[in-house]
Amino acid sequence: MAGDNAVAALVAEAVGGSRSALARLISTAERGGDDAAALEAALLPCGGNSYSIGITGAPGAGKSTLASALTTELQAGGERVALLAVDPSSPLTRGAILGDRVRLQPHLGNPDVFIRSMASRGHLGGLAMATCTARRVLEACGWPLVLIETVGVGQAELDVAGATDTVLVVLNPGWGDEMQANKAGLMEIADIFVINKADRAGLEATRRDLEAAIAANAPERRPAIVETVATEGTGLDALRAAIAAHREQAKASGELERRRRVRAVTELRDLARARLELALEGQLAGPAGEALAGAVTRRELDIDSAARRLVADLLNSDSQRGASRGDPEQDTP
Amino acid sequence: MSGKRILMAKTGLDGHWRGPTIVARALRDAGFEVIMIGMARPEEVVQASIDEDVDLVGLNIGGHVDVAVRAVTALNDERPDLPIFCGGVVPPHAKRRLEALGVEVYPPGSQLPDIVGAARRLTGLD
Repeated sequence: MAGDNAVAALVAEAVGGSRSALARLISTAERGGDDAAALEAALLPCGGNSYSIGITGAPGAGKSTLASALTTELQAGGERVALLAVDPSSPLTRGAILGDRVRLQPHLGNPDVFIRSMASRGHLGGLAMATCTARRVLEACGWPLVLIETVGVGQAELDVAGATDTVLVVLNPGWGDEMQANKAGLMEIADIFVINKADRAGLEATRRDLEAAIAANAPERRPAIVETVATEGTGLDALRAAIAAHREQAKASGELERRRRVRAVTELRDLARARLELALEGQLAGPAGEALAGAVTRRELDIDSAARRLVADLLNSDSQRGASRGDPEQDTP
Repeated sequence: MSGKRILMAKTGLDGHWRGPTIVARALRDAGFEVIMIGMARPEEVVQASIDEDVDLVGLNIGGHVDVAVRAVTALNDERPDLPIFCGGVVPPHAKRRLEALGVEVYPPGSQLPDIVGAARRLTGLD
């Protein structure tokens, strides 16, 4: 643990332009705990305003290659681009192969591109627990555009929808059919559908199925469809235009503001839940938990009553602790 | 969770991916986060090691000793405390040159458990 002052000093360094300080702050976010909490507090007064673009889709759809080509395209417009690329951690060993950079080779060494590979570290939902904090670090450091690439997802890993301002869902020709296109989940969160590898067979059918599904949406919720061949850089100008159009429209309609508010609620819930879980684990491992477990084992108390008592004790002891210290803000796990 | 991060880069110009891939896989299975960047010039290895805030750099040098030495020198200049190990085709004279720069060298024939053990030691886990 480095301590609040050390974290604040690192934030000042990063905001001043130090890339290594920026990188170390993302590690601080990844480690979690008190320093990560201090980081959030230190970021608050920094301001900054960046726009985030999520890139999601199944494994092998070409997300990293698309991220690379899109970075090139945005760079051509003079934009500095940061990219957070998430790959899965092993649930067995916690190890990970973070391979997104292999597709991002054209940007290696470019001072106007910042790339950070993140392991999901057990967090479900397609992003890492620290991805949103990392985005805020980049925002504070003045990176105007942040691309966030998820792990390869299935139908229900949708964190990116809450975490970013424009969501690209990447599909390929020959993917699914009209039934798949109408399913709930992934297909609902797209602001733009990208049919990547569009030089492959089956493009027409895929576009037709998507169009049919989109036609059944409410009029204000009809994502654009863009065809790309990311390996060749084809279709990226159209994608950039579609992103700009969505950004304008979301801003004008108030959708952007609404989304950022939903994002705050979601993040608040996640963090509060994490804190509750920690407190619960503490309670379970302590004398109160031991006593309840014993009573359940001896069949003196039914399991549901035990659970209710545990929760009641937890809420009680938590508010007492906060009151006794007079400052619940300092009550970090 | 170790959370220790290792950057793996190829400084050689050949396309041999088997070696680094097998080593990366063994490191993953030992609980490391392994960031693959593929073929990279010395200044690109340095930039990636900073942005990714890694605890260790692994270089596959594919016989190109001078490029590897340049990469190691650049890394030592920018991040003197960052340990480096390397593998691939390393002739004996190159091994001595690299070791003189503080690099641990694992030439062909090295055993995966030894490489994993080195990664644990160099990242402070053991």
